[in-house]
Amino acid sequence: MLKLKGIAASQGIAIGRAYCLGEDEFSIPKRKISYEEISREIYRMEEALIDTRKEIVTIQDKISKELGFSEAKIFEAHLLVLEDRVLIEDVIKQIKSKKVNVEFAFSRSIKKYTDALLNFDDEYLKERAIDIKDIGKRVLRKLLKRDTDRIYNIKEKVIIVTHDLSPADTAVLPKDKIIGFATDIGGSTSHTAIIARTLGIPAVVGLDVLTKHTVCNEMLIVDGSEGVVVVRPLERTIKSYQKKLEQIRKIEEAIHVPRAFKPKTVDGKEVIVSANIELPEELPLIKHFGAEGVGLYRTEYIFLGRNKLPSEEEQFKAYFNVAKTLKPSSVIIRTMDVGGDKFLSRPEMPHEFTPFLGWRAIRFCLARPDIFKVQLRAILRASVEKNIQIMFPMISGISELREAKRLLDECRGELKKEGRYFDNDIKIGVMIEVPSAALTADALAKECDFFSIGTNDLIQYSLAVDRANEKVAYLYEPAHPAVLRLIKDVISSAHKNNIWVGMCGEMAGEIIFAFLLLGLGLDELSMPPPRIPKIKELIRKIRLSDAKDAASKVIDFSTSAEIERYLQDYLRNILKGDSRQLLGA
Amino acid sequence: MDKVEQEIVVNNIHGLHARPAALFVQIANKFDSAVQLEKDGDIVDGKSIIAVLSLGVTKGTRIKLMLEGDDANEAFMELRKFLEENNA
Repeated sequence: MLKLKGIAASQGIAIGRAYCLGEDEFSIPKRKISYEEISREIYRMEEALIDTRKEIVTIQDKISKELGFSEAKIFEAHLLVLEDRVLIEDVIKQIKSKKVNVEFAFSRSIKKYTDALLNFDDEYLKERAIDIKDIGKRVLRKLLKRDTDRIYNIKEKVIIVTHDLSPADTAVLPKDKIIGFATDIGGSTSHTAIIARTLGIPAVVGLDVLTKHTVCNEMLIVDGSEGVVVVRPLERTIKSYQKKLEQIRKIEEAIHVPRAFKPKTVDGKEVIVSANIELPEELPLIKHFGAEGVGLYRTEYIFLGRNKLPSEEEQFKAYFNVAKTLKPSSVIIRTMDVGGDKFLSRPEMPHEFTPFLGWRAIRFCLARPDIFKVQLRAILRASVEKNIQIMFPMISGISELREAKRLLDECRGELKKEGRYFDNDIKIGVMIEVPSAALTADALAKECDFFSIGTNDLIQYSLAVDRANEKVAYLYEPAHPAVLRLIKDVISSAHKNNIWVGMCGEMAGEIIFAFLLLGLGLDELSMPPPRIPKIKELIRKIRLSDAKDAASKVIDFSTSAEIERYLQDYLRNILKGDSRQLLGA
Repeated sequence: MDKVEQEIVVNNIHGLHARPAALFVQIANKFDSAVQLEKDGDIVDGKSIIAVLSLGVTKGTRIKLMLEGDDANEAFMELRKFLEENNA
């Protein structure tokens, strides 16, 4: 058993088998084995060799049919490697004498012999080294059960174990097969964390060495509340976590809110609670969790993980589908936020050392109107039901907003000329996530219809913390006094100019912060769907006057620890009975 | 039990690379006798493709073929024939 500490990224507990996703090069786990495990490891190798043999014979048959018998003969050497006694004995010797797992022993032996062949100054032998490497990879793949297609055929639900999960990876994963995420790198607002929270799947990130210690298919416990992953847990550890899981279920049932209830405080303030969504699969979750529309529809998934940009028609269909499904609720579509940690799989996106300060979001879009206008036209065309609003990310000053609006006007003109329908009064919002935008919110508010505060980025830019760097992730404090002051000013600038202001950052879905934000005057809270029932329940249990009182106090505090403690205590005092459990949720 | 040892010059056009090596190993494995190859003092198992390949036997290389077992003579005849023939 091995306990690893990482960063808690998405609450909840998952108990299940590891499913290792890797790049093409294997990260081979090295693990000490006990004397009793020796025969099991040898047996696993034999099985893997037999499976690989079958695989190669199948390929050989296929080639024999397609290209002829003599071409298929190439694989004779491959097959001999699989039953090569020198190789096999070398692996067994390592397993026995060094007490290491078979994956590690096997990869070492393969490396030893391929290196020896590569040393010859002979092209022919070098090619044979590549053959042996290829065979080695096939066997390792069997041992690590790493065939990417396999995940679609598995019956059991799994925990995804990987070094890092890119947005492109996530887009192709079958979400219904995943019960947990555990990654080597990342912080609590990295892409994996956001996806996990959106889907309500427990996740721990920033585990550093997890993939080095985990063998595919092994038992794993992911504790997304404590930020702990247990590799190869003991029977009694599994039992104790199963108990915890049961408790969590009970809490969830206790705060189960009838979906249709409007979130309204005891003293009558109605609050809009909406959902952040990223993928079309999440649409059913919106009704399920009782959200009022979508406060943030991320459109990146349409652009990621592909070689060709999506056409206007394809985008139109995607946006229209969401708008039609959710009608009459409104949908705020954020234009593409590529760059940062989300890249288009295209050569156009150059490598940047500080991508979060670089060419991304609206900056990329304004530089490439040919790409941006396709999206704007698609959004406009999808707005015929009059429930779409449009939001620009990463605005850092008024001129970017003006330029974006100018391009939108151009699209309007074009569509009009083409005789196409769209919502001529479409509302335009600015995402407030750059400190310079927050500080000049009064100017921005005069030229748009709403604000949505994106706290994930606002926090990292204000506090100069790279949220994916686990070494500094501890500095990422949502309740930092600097952040709260910015939020307060943004809200007052918005209200002075008679526009509404919401929040679509992670902060909006946290109980104590939601309470604080309402007190600061926020009109809308948008969050991952699974958070919605708890936040709605909170709203129904508090008075706006209490929230205002608490907010007016903490705004003068000097540390986030004090602020959080005060809010916790305040809520504990005003919440009664069962609803106190919200504080643990 | 018979024991045969003899030096042979490999005439096979690709030496003991890939397919020739694979064929050699396949022939060696047909027999019960132990098959060993020696080149410049390195002795390897002649029934292992990896070992035979890593000996780096090119055309014209002089190697020693060493066999031991009940069918050593028979095995020797076949393996020598294979090595000396220019059959790639």
